[in-house]
Amino acid sequence: MERIPILQMGDFLLVTIQVDMHDQLALTLQDDLSERISQISARGVLIDISALDMVDSFIGRMIGMISGLSRIMDAETVLVGMQPAVAITLVELGMTLPGVSTALNVERGMTLLRARAASQ
Amino acid sequence: MNVRVSGTQPVNIEQDVVLARQLARKLAQDCGMRLIDLTKLVTAVSELARNTMTYGGGGVMDWQIIEDGMRTGVRLTFRDEGPGIPDLKLAMTDGWTSGGGLGLGLTGAKRLVDDFDLETAPGAGTRVMICKWT
Repeated sequence: MERIPILQMGDFLLVTIQVDMHDQLALTLQDDLSERISQISARGVLIDISALDMVDSFIGRMIGMISGLSRIMDAETVLVGMQPAVAITLVELGMTLPGVSTALNVERGMTLLRARAASQ
Repeated sequence: MNVRVSGTQPVNIEQDVVLARQLARKLAQDCGMRLIDLTKLVTAVSELARNTMTYGGGGVMDWQIIEDGMRTGVRLTFRDEGPGIPDLKLAMTDGWTSGGGLGLGLTGAKRLVDDFDLETAPGAGTRVMICKWT
């Protein structure tokens, strides 16, 4: 079955979404991530969507769920790399992703995750 | 109004939703649509194609590139023979959903395009026409 790879960097998990996702793929990612968070006791999850040229309400909802799910498993989620056109469209669609932390790029996202992990 | 090219794309399974998005992107690029409008159109297509598949039990997306004077646009019509929408006013309310979604599909898609037209009746399927001009 097709899967989005999840990379481990110390206490953090890194996901780069590079394909035009169909809905089942998004749901599989959600399941895989929760399992990996528990397996390695992850402190943070970084999701890079810089290659995504569209985020609709389904993907937006999946991102919100991953963020909420990881929070109750004691891990922080940071969403990075959203393209400007995607951000404009998401807001117009009515999705402002409440409760989801964002950063402009992977580097800033990692800095944010490390700072949060250190402060705990 | 002049139709430059047209065709029909089936929307029955999840992969068809991805294909419908890719087709809409290509059509928008062919008319030279700017990136922000293209992204809005493709996102609207994703929402509507998913509705056709999930709630309409599958259907088709008719596509056209149209010309109206100096304007060029992409016009898409999503058709299904499903149960239709019993309460259209309710379905066009932000945040209302009959499925497990967020209820942003129809209303969100409407905000993202220039023209939006919906025809439905209980038992008679649903037809949603959208158009985005360059």
